[in-house]
Amino acid sequence: MSETLLDVQGLRVRFGGGTEAVRGVSLAVDRGETHCLVGESGCGKSVSALAVMTLLARGATRSAERMAFAGTDLLGLDERGMAKLRGNRMAMIFQEPMTSLNPAYTVGSQMAEVMRRHRGASRRAALDRAAALLGRVGITAPGMRLAQYPHQLSGGLRQRVMIAMALMCDPELLIADEPTTALDVTVQAQILRLLLELQRELGLAILLITHDLGIVARMAHRVSVMYAGQVVESAPAADLFAAPTHPYTRGLLDCVPAPGKVARGAQLGSIPGTVPRIPLGFTGCAFRDRCAQAMPECSGDIPAQTRIPGHRYLCRLPAGWPRDAAA
Amino acid sequence: MSGFPPLRRIAAGLGAVIVLGVAFAAIFAPLLVPHDPFLQDLNQRMVPPSWMEGGMPAHLFGTDQLGRDYLSRLIYGARISMLIGVMTVITSGLIGITLGVLGGFFGGRVDDVVMFAITCRLSIPLILVALSVVSLIGSSLTVVVFTLGLLLWDRFAVVARTTTMQVRTLDYVSAAWAAGCSRSYILLREVLPNIVHHLIVVATLEMALAILLEAALSFLGLGVPPPLPSWGLMISEAKDYMFFSPWVIMVPGIALFVLVLGINFLGDGLRDLLGATRDA
Repeated sequence: MSETLLDVQGLRVRFGGGTEAVRGVSLAVDRGETHCLVGESGCGKSVSALAVMTLLARGATRSAERMAFAGTDLLGLDERGMAKLRGNRMAMIFQEPMTSLNPAYTVGSQMAEVMRRHRGASRRAALDRAAALLGRVGITAPGMRLAQYPHQLSGGLRQRVMIAMALMCDPELLIADEPTTALDVTVQAQILRLLLELQRELGLAILLITHDLGIVARMAHRVSVMYAGQVVESAPAADLFAAPTHPYTRGLLDCVPAPGKVARGAQLGSIPGTVPRIPLGFTGCAFRDRCAQAMPECSGDIPAQTRIPGHRYLCRLPAGWPRDAAA
Repeated sequence: MSGFPPLRRIAAGLGAVIVLGVAFAAIFAPLLVPHDPFLQDLNQRMVPPSWMEGGMPAHLFGTDQLGRDYLSRLIYGARISMLIGVMTVITSGLIGITLGVLGGFFGGRVDDVVMFAITCRLSIPLILVALSVVSLIGSSLTVVVFTLGLLLWDRFAVVARTTTMQVRTLDYVSAAWAAGCSRSYILLREVLPNIVHHLIVVATLEMALAILLEAALSFLGLGVPPPLPSWGLMISEAKDYMFFSPWVIMVPGIALFVLVLGINFLGDGLRDLLGATRDA
């Protein structure tokens, strides 16, 4: 049942000026599964997603050992072949719904364009499908909304439009780059519920990029934690929350305030320091300067370990290291 | 919407009225003129405007040194000014916008070439080149339009380039790439419509500049050839008589001033209006 849809191995992205934003990321997204990519700002989550879509800005170079989508090798694909996949079999939703729609066109014409482009559908048919999808994502009076311009819609509505637009061609993979970060909490909950429903109905695979562990807990089947351009821990969601193994993952989880668990007035957890800049040729663990468990060996090669099958992490510490031993 | 000060709105409205009025006069000139603007009547030379002493009701703005009706010549002159303004803006706009959008969109080597072209153009002295070209090829309406068109595209290019660079990185353009749109589609349907409001403002400025330059060229005798009634040519022909008949130089001078002012008011108004709706 769990067939791998997107398989990325050893993805590297380098920007001009000698910074490497993504350093050997491996990801696998199965059909119908939600894979969450978590990490702080600037850790390379979005860049990894853009690299998969081949949408990196000019001046960025991408390399990978393997990058395949439903059996198609993405590395060997030219721009034309990639354009055929984008919006058609793999779609993307961006963080900022207020700016992701073109202010110069009506919602309907933007949505219809996607389907006319990929499927050669008639304008009428494309608009019918757009109306049906707007209804599906919970927009009332879709006929009226189709004729409206983006500035006439609220943020929540626009994000729904973006989701509906992404679904126009029945994609197999949906990449959502912090789809709810710009929305308020009630709308955020609605959008997440919608994504879950759509996934159940359509068998979508979702690569969800977020920094919000609350969202991860609700949505993810599988989680990959990124730090400084690397996946430091990857596990099924339940496993990750039950037995976080990498010190960074544990630190992240400690940062989430749980009502009742943290005494009123007590300090919330935090990770000391900030994400370091990683120069080219950097070796060892990028987290070592902020890690309470750091050892001299941490500046050497770091082994990838397996806690249980399917739960990998990038650290010298043994699985199940005692929480407060060294602290 | 009620945000911007009433004075600016009045100015914008005034500009629109002036420009539309002159455009109307230019289009319907043959129906509006009281006399044939080319008909000379040597018995009625230098008749002052009708409200001045010695004026005649038949000639509202009087007549010129050859006895031609001044109002009729002014109305036909509006044709020349508007024609020059519009045609120059179309020519220079095509050149400038194409270069600017390509440079801003593709960047790198293409942008270097565009920037070089803009720098070259900026280092060419405008009036001097216009003068020498017109004096070499000879003056006609077409020559004036193309000379000005080939010289005035720099501002279009600069504005188109920078705005394209801004729009290119916006989310909806990324979204269009992510939706699998082609490069030409993104250029023509995503980028261009979203920089057009900047370009309209540039167009009004360039139009005013072109009209003034044509007047300057005609004044120097190198613009449109007589007997075509260009406002600059009218000023030029009148300068010998200005001490005894000051109206012959004031009427076309004021007309020129009012039209250019009106175009600039309109441009400012459009900028406020388009800016306000875009940023709302």
